[in-house]
Amino acid sequence: MSTPTIPRRSWTQRYHVKGIGWTVLLLVLLVASAQMTGVNVGMFFSNLGQFTNLLVRMSNPAWDYTAVIIQPLLETIQMAILGTTIGAAFAIPFAVLSASNLIHNRWLRGLTRLFLDLVRTLPDLLLAAIFVAIFGIGSTAGVITLAIFSFGMVSKLFYEVIETIDMGPLEALESVGATKITIIWYAVLPQILNQFVSYFLYTLEINVRASTVLGYLGAGGIGVFLQRSLNEFNYNQTAVIILATLVVVLVIDGVSNHLRRVLL
Amino acid sequence: MEQATPIISFKGVNKVYNNGTVGLKDISFDIPRGQFLVVVGLSGAGKSTLLRTINRMHEITSGEITVEDEAIGDYKGKALRLLRRKIGMIFQGFNLINRSSVEKNVLSGRVSYYATWKTILGLFSKADKEKAVHALERVNLVEKLYTRADELSGGQQQRVAIARTLMQDPKIILADEPVASLDPLTTKTVMDTLKRLNQEDGITVIVNLHSVALAREYADRIIGLRAGQLVYDQPIAKVTVDDLDQIYQAEGEKA
Ligand SMILES: Nc1ncnc2c1ncn2[C@@H]1O[C@H](COP(=O)(O)OP(=O)(O)OP(=O)(O)O)[C@@H](O)[C@H]1O
Ligand SMILES: [Mg+2]
Repeated sequence: MSTPTIPRRSWTQRYHVKGIGWTVLLLVLLVASAQMTGVNVGMFFSNLGQFTNLLVRMSNPAWDYTAVIIQPLLETIQMAILGTTIGAAFAIPFAVLSASNLIHNRWLRGLTRLFLDLVRTLPDLLLAAIFVAIFGIGSTAGVITLAIFSFGMVSKLFYEVIETIDMGPLEALESVGATKITIIWYAVLPQILNQFVSYFLYTLEINVRASTVLGYLGAGGIGVFLQRSLNEFNYNQTAVIILATLVVVLVIDGVSNHLRRVLL
Repeated sequence: MEQATPIISFKGVNKVYNNGTVGLKDISFDIPRGQFLVVVGLSGAGKSTLLRTINRMHEITSGEITVEDEAIGDYKGKALRLLRRKIGMIFQGFNLINRSSVEKNVLSGRVSYYATWKTILGLFSKADKEKAVHALERVNLVEKLYTRADELSGGQQQRVAIARTLMQDPKIILADEPVASLDPLTTKTVMDTLKRLNQEDGITVIVNLHSVALAREYADRIIGLRAGQLVYDQPIAKVTVDDLDQIYQAEGEKA
């Protein structure tokens, strides 16, 4: 038996030139950007006193304020659910068009992804500001903002899930003579449904938090009250709002964790 | 049997993959209707490629393939789906939809008889649901109708795959190493099932096999591939052990 000829690794492969190069480049960029933006870690600690001061002023929550904020809190949750649902529904076809294992046309895929990248680039605060200007102060602006924000995020998560599926069942359905849509329905959907639901719930969670901030710009929900209390230096009310939001986020987190466990 | 009209015919077929690998080289031969044909050859010889050109899962580079006297090269859209409908395919990895029930998997073999929207709503006729039960009866798995596919053993999954194929009412069944991952006993059940469909329903069966023993046991005719070329073609009566050994040997020496 002759000794096997091992294919030779190139010089760059042998000394891991790429890996080392990237690491060095990243480190340089990190240090350089800290310098250029003037991040001052020391300042964070020296000004910690002000933060403590704020905490002290919030330390006596006005509990009777709870009754006032239940309604806007519910509105916030509704906004989040509606926005996430609309966004996720639109995300599905776009995710399919972006998945390299389903769409072999490079142009179509590239254009779809470019569009999704663009959507994701739009800051949600900017969107909220625009839609408040269009639809006026209220939850409509908030829902639309959340829908677009979720759409951008979810479509990317979705197409990455699609790209990891087992292609065997697709091959089988293709060989049966099924149409493209039937193939997706029968062979793709069952494989991704659980993860879709999981990502949907994750996005919902993020949106509940985000919608408190959006309310700040007048896009409805609890954020409006948050802003009011801060403007009026009513920190005891602020404390109640923050605690109530925390409870809501915890509940949603718990529910979605439970659902994910049941589903996966 | 040799006089029967060919159901599939290869005429000077070549296949070169995009990366330059030669898949098939100047393949010409006929497959008579109702034959149980076994394709043997070493790994990489082109067996899978050959099989997949028949239902156009792979495109050929030159030459012509006819199925029931029609050249299939130009088929598109509906015509291509109708071609695939009459050709069932069985895979080494079964390719079932794991999370779905056996019933849904079997019914998925029937989708090409329905409009897309009906398949999405799952609007299968009563007759076809009964047909699915009947197909499962033929592979002895009726009791698993509502089981999830991934809860079955490998041999059971392959039989579900055969039932799925039966839903197509196929005239041809292509099986790409259908028993490669199965134990000897299950192998026998699966091969027997294919043989029965061949004999009882007159379905033309083309099977890729690695096992020479199995090939000799089930085939009407054996063809051998080596590096994309047809190097052997004999009816089972004329096949000798030496012949088959040689198909495998020659490649071994070359490597
Ligand atoms: N998609 C592809 N792209 C490029 N080359 C391919 C592709 N599929 C197969 N090949 C090559 O074509 C040749 C024939 O492959 P094929 O899968 O038909 O062999 P096989 O006889 O089925 O082998 P095995 O017994 O391992 O399944 C091999 O050299 C293989 O590497
Ligand atoms: Mg193969």
